[in-house]
Amino acid sequence: MDQLLLARIQFAVTTVYHFFFVPLSIGLVFIVALMETLYVVKKDDVYKKMTKFWGHLFLINFAVGVVTGIIQEFQFGMNWSDYSRFVGDVFGAPLAIEALLAFFMESTFIGLWIFGWERLSPKLHLTSIWLVSLGTILSGFWILTANSFMQHPVGYMLKNGRAQMNDFLSLITNGQIWVEFPHVMTGALATGAFFVAGISAYNLLKKREVGFYKKSMNLALILGLIGSLGTALSGHEQAQYLVKTQPMKMAAAEGIWKDTPSPAPWSAFAIIDTAKKQNKFEINIPYALSFLSYSKFDGSLKGMDTLQKEYASKYDQKVGKGTNYIPPVKTTYWSFRLMVGFGAAMILLSIIGLFLWRRGTLETNKVFLKFLPPSISFPFLANTFGWIMTEVGRQPWTIFGLMTTNSSVSPNVSGGSVLFSLIMYMLIFTVLAFVMVYLMVREIKHGPAAHENMEVHHKLDPFDKVGA
Amino acid sequence: MQLNELWFVLIGVVFIGFFFLEGFDFGVGMSMRFLARSQQERSIMVNAIGPVWDANEVWLLTGGGAIFAAFPDWYATMFSGYYIPLLAVLLCLIARGVSFEFRSKVPTERWTNIWDWALFFGSLLPPFLLGVLFTSMLKGMPIHKDMNMTAGFSDFINVYSLWGGLTVTLLCLLHGLNFLTLKTEGDLRKRSSALAKKMVLAVLGSLVVFVVLSWSMTDIFKVRLLPELVIVVLIVAVYTLAYTFITKKREGLAFTMSGLGLALTVSAIFVGLFPRVMISSINKAFDLTVYNASSGAYSLKVMTIVAVTILPFVLGYTIWSYYIFRKRVTDKEHLTY
Repeated sequence: MDQLLLARIQFAVTTVYHFFFVPLSIGLVFIVALMETLYVVKKDDVYKKMTKFWGHLFLINFAVGVVTGIIQEFQFGMNWSDYSRFVGDVFGAPLAIEALLAFFMESTFIGLWIFGWERLSPKLHLTSIWLVSLGTILSGFWILTANSFMQHPVGYMLKNGRAQMNDFLSLITNGQIWVEFPHVMTGALATGAFFVAGISAYNLLKKREVGFYKKSMNLALILGLIGSLGTALSGHEQAQYLVKTQPMKMAAAEGIWKDTPSPAPWSAFAIIDTAKKQNKFEINIPYALSFLSYSKFDGSLKGMDTLQKEYASKYDQKVGKGTNYIPPVKTTYWSFRLMVGFGAAMILLSIIGLFLWRRGTLETNKVFLKFLPPSISFPFLANTFGWIMTEVGRQPWTIFGLMTTNSSVSPNVSGGSVLFSLIMYMLIFTVLAFVMVYLMVREIKHGPAAHENMEVHHKLDPFDKVGA
Repeated sequence: MQLNELWFVLIGVVFIGFFFLEGFDFGVGMSMRFLARSQQERSIMVNAIGPVWDANEVWLLTGGGAIFAAFPDWYATMFSGYYIPLLAVLLCLIARGVSFEFRSKVPTERWTNIWDWALFFGSLLPPFLLGVLFTSMLKGMPIHKDMNMTAGFSDFINVYSLWGGLTVTLLCLLHGLNFLTLKTEGDLRKRSSALAKKMVLAVLGSLVVFVVLSWSMTDIFKVRLLPELVIVVLIVAVYTLAYTFITKKREGLAFTMSGLGLALTVSAIFVGLFPRVMISSINKAFDLTVYNASSGAYSLKVMTIVAVTILPFVLGYTIWSYYIFRKRVTDKEHLTY
């Protein structure tokens, strides 16, 4: 395997793994902050219990999210040094601002929150968790600003063969960020909500701490609906932006080879033959793609064949004759459908849940409750497929229209080094995944009442075996 | 002063912040295997740095981010060139970061022990590796005309770089012991103070050797003789004072001195580098400098405005959080980790 391929696999593995933890952290800390707000306002101890229990699960997840994030900052320089040289002037700034504005805030106030229960007044303690939540959101904003530049480069000029920032304001008002950021944030909220709903459902089935888990579940269902509906709406906005700025990605995501008629049908299922550049079999929903792309029931879209010719005349001089501008079509097509499918399932589940709650049969409806724990995986899958579609669909570009992936890689790093680091990451990721799941399951089994007992063992004499 | 020169200074300041702060929590982490006499004492040590280690580590991330934004070529050359050492640093920081959260989650001695070992190695190796990295940078690395670095084993690992790594590790260990003396009570406090006193001598010894090696193996005393000599004199003075303060039980001042010692050592490295950011051992003409490796003027201006706006807030709430956790950590209170 060559170095470029290994570096790409490494980027995919480390980023997807890191992004298991990020949305859950962002969503869960927001929910925990809401719970603590309810506690401070209503002074009802059940909300304090909720804050502590879900807060503990958040902290386990947050720890892994933070440490896997450090890899991301180092990785650009380690594996993609030519990319870093070309674009650091523009791309480095949001990363540095992320550290300065968000990481410091998150890490300082998480320390104050964890250790500050007895040292801070309830209001200051509550402020701490909200600042952590704000920190995670700001962190998301700046990293997505950097990503948006790769999707839709703005605010730069080319000078001495590299990109130089010349308009910071347009970098942060990039149309791409303002469709991408709400999409990722609402997705994160839904991730946190389904996590809380799924675990609550499991405990309601077992009839443990019914009052506690019912309250958690109700909050989670409301946030789950807001999150999943918000994701769908902002996703719709993003798709329309995509038609304008990255038509090739859209065409690949829809499996369109030839220009579509107007109105354009949406393909729900297709057997794609990338070699012959055609689809063997399709199930189409009339009008739907026009609506998806333009919010009206007419309008056609360009196909990949047309776009390939357009891109070739536009970019071949820069990146070389005969470049293939069509991304891996099947991956893009199916990840898009899986993302949308899981998202739709989440909307449906939230609505059913809220309906059952209003009828007062939520905690007795075993079929529905059994459905929720496995559905914790839905937002994770939707998040992952969403990123695969976004990043794979942009290929062959690292920065759309400016730099290709194969010219971004470090020229001085050997395939062996990349392979070695990839193996090390996978080993440590596997260990972390097992430990994290083990700890989470343990915490959930112990339940909300157990925390006081869990921490007692440190006070014991070390030679006393009671705690062991 | 031009903006790219200012950013070189700012990055130096960020690394001083990193070693001053994370230096002591590295030191606490690496001393826990031999200073603590029981699981209980180990827990006290971990809880002493518990509320602050995470924010301290952000100084390193900010340093990396600032290098990326202000000097993209420095970032690209260093991070791709130091591939394996940086991978090792990353793996250590991962193991260390999770061990804080994980160690007390399962109340068995075996479980806590596993994560305490992770915390130990995760605290011992990063300062060593970063010491190796910075000293080998001072010596010069094989950087070619295209700014790419192709280093072999002996470029990374040689007498000078190993001694640099060892010195930085000892500096952090002393700083950590001073912090523990300041933050604990009873027997643990006495033991860390006694060890710190011995450590000052080891630190001074290793620094003297380091200065001699730097004199013969790098050009920092040739390019910046006077400033470097001043820094060396200050370092000796600071650690002598540290010894006095430890003896006189002036614990806050002793801690300040070991922090200043680290700050001055980092300054010596940055002063010796300037205006270069990466020295080429192949040809002087291939050196990366603050002038040929930096971002454009506009980008630097934006970054300067952002940094000047945000940094006071960061410093403000950092100091406030240290104030909140100013009390000594004892076994009489509730230990979180």
